[in-house]
Amino acid sequence: MTLLEVEDLAVRFTRRDRRDVRAVDGVTLSVDAGETLGLVGESGSGKSVTSLAIMGLLPRKSGVKIGGKVTFEGRSLLTMRDDDLRDVRGREIAMIFQDPLSSLNPVIPIGVQVTEVLVRHRKLSGPDSRREAARLLDVVGIPDPDRRLKEYPYQLSGGMRQRALVAMAVACRPKLLIADEPTTALDVTIQAQILELLKELVREQGTALMLITHDLGVVAGLCDRVNVMYSGRIVEQADRRTLFVSPRHPYTTGLLGSIPRLDSVEGSALQPIPGSPTDTLPWSSACAFAPRCTRSLEVCTTVTPELEPDGPRWLRCHNPVPAEEAAAVGAEGRRE
Amino acid sequence: MSSPEGRPTGPGSAVGDGERDWLGDAGPETAGAPDRDLARAGSRGDDPDPQGPIGTTAAEGAAHAGVSTDVLLSARGLEVHFPIRHGVIIERTIGQVRAVDGVDLDLPRGGTYGLVGESGCGKSTLGRALLRLVEPTAGAVTMDGVDILALKAEAMRRQRRRMQMVFQDPLSSLDPRQSVESILAEPLRTHDVVKGGPARQARVRELLDTVGLPASAAARYPHEFSGGQRQRIGIARAIALEPDLIVADEPVSALDVSIQAQIVNLLEELQERLGLTYLVIAHDLAVVRHISDVVGVMYLGVVVEQTSSRRLYAEPLHPYTRALMSAVPIPDPDVEDTRQRILLSGDLPSPANPPSGCRFRTRCPWVQETRCADEVPVLREVRPDHVVACHWAEEIDSGLIRPKAEAVVS
Repeated sequence: MTLLEVEDLAVRFTRRDRRDVRAVDGVTLSVDAGETLGLVGESGSGKSVTSLAIMGLLPRKSGVKIGGKVTFEGRSLLTMRDDDLRDVRGREIAMIFQDPLSSLNPVIPIGVQVTEVLVRHRKLSGPDSRREAARLLDVVGIPDPDRRLKEYPYQLSGGMRQRALVAMAVACRPKLLIADEPTTALDVTIQAQILELLKELVREQGTALMLITHDLGVVAGLCDRVNVMYSGRIVEQADRRTLFVSPRHPYTTGLLGSIPRLDSVEGSALQPIPGSPTDTLPWSSACAFAPRCTRSLEVCTTVTPELEPDGPRWLRCHNPVPAEEAAAVGAEGRRE
Repeated sequence: MSSPEGRPTGPGSAVGDGERDWLGDAGPETAGAPDRDLARAGSRGDDPDPQGPIGTTAAEGAAHAGVSTDVLLSARGLEVHFPIRHGVIIERTIGQVRAVDGVDLDLPRGGTYGLVGESGCGKSTLGRALLRLVEPTAGAVTMDGVDILALKAEAMRRQRRRMQMVFQDPLSSLDPRQSVESILAEPLRTHDVVKGGPARQARVRELLDTVGLPASAAARYPHEFSGGQRQRIGIARAIALEPDLIVADEPVSALDVSIQAQIVNLLEELQERLGLTYLVIAHDLAVVRHISDVVGVMYLGVVVEQTSSRRLYAEPLHPYTRALMSAVPIPDPDVEDTRQRILLSGDLPSPANPPSGCRFRTRCPWVQETRCADEVPVLREVRPDHVVACHWAEEIDSGLIRPKAEAVVS
């Protein structure tokens, strides 16, 4: 069952005397109930703006132009009144951000911040809400929750803060959880703890998860389906096995070839993607990745590639990596 | 990654003497006494030309083994303690943060030593202490026989020519109001190595070319560059004085994934061309594995395991290293679905009050009732060239001691 449907979402930031920035451009994706969907890309690829637009967290002012449709269980989120949106946010769709310190209020105790959600959405009162908050902290693995509830964010370690945020996000058993780089600010051992926690929540509560990250390793372990974004558009969309075993967009293969892996063959050289993510062409008349692409053709700089079905996947490319070669890229590193 | 052939080595690479100098084979207690290196390196201190001939014959034997056995810099019993002060008018010292607490380290000449550990383990402080950017509170550091910690201010300033640093965040380590030209010319002027404006300008162009930037970059300012290009500028500044040693503190972790490989490859290429010795500090185990010859794993101020990169990743022996490696996500669904993960509970304890005995015991899934709490484990050679600070390394490796069941998830 489709829970969230995003159709042709576009976000444009306009400023006088400046060129418009098309942060997100024609993004179409859907999340099924209980599914984990990955959104992968580098900084500036539009993955965070996509999530903010879905949540209705982009400022509603003249400089921000949002187009397209976002439907959550049949209700349109983009046209919803603010009041109604506030009922959906936190209760049905929750979000976890990258930096736990800046998404917690530094001068309010953790307990107050966790109970706020419970009072607002679950209409719990005083002692009940405190008991529930303690239970939630316990669920996410914070030891001695009663004491922690009285503490301030600075008194908690990074991992513990992120756990507190997860507790707040799952307090109302949301149907959809959007996690924007939830472990990027954390150490690997703490990252493993948080990812395990998210996995458990998805399994036990049937929550759908939209995971936004730049880390292909995290995606490989967690997501059912993956969207790869570049410069505001989805360039490849597939289930994770298809994507990792035979990536076909040159950007996806490039990413996989450029990251050092713990299990790669010794001495294998890294193949970096040339240039930087800022060297792009406008999607309106070309492929944005063309200037960095090793397979680019004449047509790549003159015609916009469309996102088209290609067997089990969707692909936006004029000259994708041939299937045999793609399988070789996927197998790279497995030969031990 | 080490390239076996033709790695340029420093002058008089007295290699092939069979000593495994790069291996900190002594425990944390044996502070001081780096005399064996002193005797050998003796008069090399102020060598004006640090670049030796490419592919010297003497180096070849050792180079085939993957690592030069000649040591450029060594530290013994290095400690950096920061006082915790309390009180408004009269400040009293009420404790010590033991950021680095007794580390022995040997950097192989022309090779790369990778230092890994989580945030707060003291790896950055250690890197800075080697360059005396923070003053060590105890221990010894010698570079080519020169006792670094004993140098007076002016002598130290001159020594800095040979030891440079590359920082994590290139935007905050480059002056936003200095043009690239001025940034790169400053060290040349300060150390008076290239005299005269035109000569310096030529050298700046040459440096830019070396790190893969166009000559036109000289007139521009740091904010005009992308993250990867800025890091190239930071690297150009570090190599401007033709140093022997570069300490790179998280050189790629602030960069986009597709750019990281460019910088890693650049660092490797420069090492081969200029015969540089690297200490690469990073939290990313995959990056460290890729770039290093020797790897040391730090936990709470001490090195808990050290060996060649190949051995460490094929066969981690310390419980902490095992847990770290199992936590690194691998971009392969099949591997991710089948591998077992060892989850550590809780966070790093406070370095102001480290646990007694083994520092890792509070989080160790293999912790035993005896020895762990009351006996400090020293680095000992569990396998050839592979030192581990764990009482139970052999038993854990043979499977005699198993991790607590709740720590293992698959």
